[in-house]
Formats: sequence, structure tokens, C-alpha cells
Amino acid sequence: MIPAAFEYVRADSVDAALSALTKYGDEAKLLAGGHSLLPLMKLRLAAPSVLVDVGRLDDLRYINDAGDYIAIGALTRHRDLETSSLLASAAPLLAHAAGHVGDPQVRHRGTIGGSLAHADPASDLPAVALAMGATIVATGPNGTREIAASEFYTGFLESALAPDELLTEIRIPKLDTQGWSFQKFNRRAQDWAIVGVATVRANGSTGVGLVNMGSTPLLASAVMNAVNSGANAADAAALANEGTEAQSDINASSEYREHLARVLVRRSLEESGLS
Amino acid sequence: MKITVTVNGVERSGDVEPRTLLVHFLRDELNLTGTNIGCDTSSCGACTIHVEGQSAKSCTMLAAQADGLELTTIEGLANGDILHPMQRCFQENHGLQCGYCTPGMVMAAISLLDENPNPSETDVRIGLEGNLCRCTGYHNIVKSVLACAAESNGASK
Repeated sequence: MIPAAFEYVRADSVDAALSALTKYGDEAKLLAGGHSLLPLMKLRLAAPSVLVDVGRLDDLRYINDAGDYIAIGALTRHRDLETSSLLASAAPLLAHAAGHVGDPQVRHRGTIGGSLAHADPASDLPAVALAMGATIVATGPNGTREIAASEFYTGFLESALAPDELLTEIRIPKLDTQGWSFQKFNRRAQDWAIVGVATVRANGSTGVGLVNMGSTPLLASAVMNAVNSGANAADAAALANEGTEAQSDINASSEYREHLARVLVRRSLEESGLS
Repeated sequence: MKITVTVNGVERSGDVEPRTLLVHFLRDELNLTGTNIGCDTSSCGACTIHVEGQSAKSCTMLAAQADGLELTTIEGLANGDILHPMQRCFQENHGLQCGYCTPGMVMAAISLLDENPNPSETDVRIGLEGNLCRCTGYHNIVKSVLACAAESNGASK
């Protein structure tokens, strides 16, 4: 399987990437690790006419303690997240979930920025970013702006990024984590989750992100409200499907996904220490 | 577009279309046909090579993305007639049945031991999750990798 023909532009700086986006507009797609986009292009489900390769922007490959938050460069690879001692102590949910993306080969190439910007509801890291209350930094021709993860996902494979913007950094608030859990249910080890749940309990409240339960990555708001009002894990988990629109596909019916969400949310809440 | 890569220590150049996949460049332009194409959908790992020393699926990279990088394929492991220890361990432990997944398994296994030189059996099974053997010959594949790890740990002690 070979992608449809496209023009290839390698950006050697953020400015060069932004110039290329300004020049090509809607025609262009950004290429980071390529492990979400290239499979779609090989299946001809995506056929951008220009690829702007930002994969060499090593300036955007870092995990830094920035005081109130951990700053992660968009080009940081899943393997870097998985093995980061800083994340292991400050954001263990993210480090753990990154170690469950795809398989080792995918984690060596795929990037957090690419995964978040691709906005696939079946990807693991968007749900983690939602649960942790991450902030996404976008850089465009007029400078940078911050977007809350909860405002970032606007539709299937669509985000709040403008066509001329590049996701440059992810900020993970430094939480006083009491408990966390990542549940991923799939048939083969390297498959996308049929349903996944990311939970973090910190600073007196609980965040729960859902993988593959609608057209976008979702927060389980009803579950979170219930837990934050004192509900136990079983009662809160019963609300896991509120606000979701699970799809039916070859792997699972929507009813099955809803069932899985209730089961996995309960397990996730319990594993993160809620009784 | 013109690209130059270092494959198995040798600089090689070629003229590729932007959409040329790395695995096609290796096989069709450089005649390095040891790297197999299995599923073509990033699932099976038959096309696993090393990019800058780490395992990667060459069906999910553009040749253009590899421009200027260092690659190792299965052909780059043996030193003349002397097999790489991982290749020899696969041979000694019969870590293959039809052999189609073997180049990818060997490349993934070497990368696995680079990251975790002393893995448990579970570590090996999880570490090879990106490689499928349709003969389902996993038992001896895992045995081969564990043998190679034990051997190199013994040698370094």
C-alpha cells in the first residue's frame, strides 16, 4: 500500500514549518513521527497534497520541570515519555500510558504532539491529557496561545488548532497525585483500545478520560462530578456512558463499548484508590 | 527527491518519490530484500529495522524521513560468516518455523535487549508485542531471545 502522491517539505525550524503552513494552507498536513498519519495515507483515507515534515525539530523534544507544570515538547517520543524519571514521579499516569501506545517500534517513532494533534478518539494519550487537565500550546504566525485539553477536541480527527498553527508544547500540571489508573481493553497487544479509561485522583478531585467512546476523546464528566460529590466507585461508574456516543465497528457494538466503559471506569476508579 | 542514508555502515543514495516507503526503498532500490513486508499496516513487524539504533517499522516510514539517518537491516548483523549472537541463538533454539517473520523478530529482539539486557520471559513476550508469527512459533522465539540475553550477561560477568 502506497500513499497518494504528495509534495514533501522538510521544516528545519518552527518558523520554517509555520511558513510552509501559511503557504500551503488547508492542503498541508504536518508529519511528526508519522505513526498515525502514514497508516491513514497508505489506506488512502487521508490524501494531503503537501506533507510538512517537522520530525527533525529536535528543539521540540524535551521533558522539563517548569515549576507549576511539566513542559513536554511536541516532538517528544512515546519511548521518551515511557522512560522519563521526571514523568515517573510527577505524572506517572502519562509515563505508564505512553508505554502502552502501539508497540515498541511505534513508541520509538511516534510523538506526543502528533498523537494529540491527530485527535483520534481511539488514541491513548488524548484521554490522559484530558484526565490530567493538560494545556496544549499552539504556535502560529502571531505567536503562541494556550488551549485547555478540554477545549482542544472539536470533532472526529479535528482539533482547535488553526490550519496555520503547530502544536509545540504540552503542559501537564504538577499534581499531588493520590492515585491513578490506565485501563486499556484490546484484542491484540498493539491494537487501538476498544475502550480505554485514564483516571487520576489528585489535589482533591478526580479526572477521568475515555478512549474510543465517541467521535472525540472524552472526559467522563458525569463520573467525575459524582466522584467529586462523594459517590463510591460502583455508583460513579454506572454513569460512564453519559455524554458518550460509542460507535459500532468490527471490534465491538456500541452496547458492548458502553458495557466495557462501565466496567473499566469502575476498575480504574478502584485501582486509583477510590472504594 | 534525492536521499542519502547510511545502511549497515555504508552510505547509499537514491532518487525517490516523496511517497516511497522506506521498506520499498530498501528492498527495491538497494536490493536489501532481507527486510520482509508482511501486513503493510504497521501491525506485524516483519519489516522491522533499526533507525538510529532503535527498532522501527520500515513500512510506516517514508524513505524521505530516513534521509541522513543511520539504518541497520538484517543484512548488517552478521560479520562475514559469523552470525550475530541473536541470529545464532535463533538458529540454535530453532526460533523459527517458516522464517518469514524472523528478520523482523531478530531486529526487534536486539532492540529489546539493548533497552532491557536482562528480561524475564514476560518482558520478552511483551517486548515482542509488535511482531507477529503466523506459524505461532512464539515459544522458541522467546527461548532464543532469553538464551541470547543469558549468553551476553554471562559473557559480561
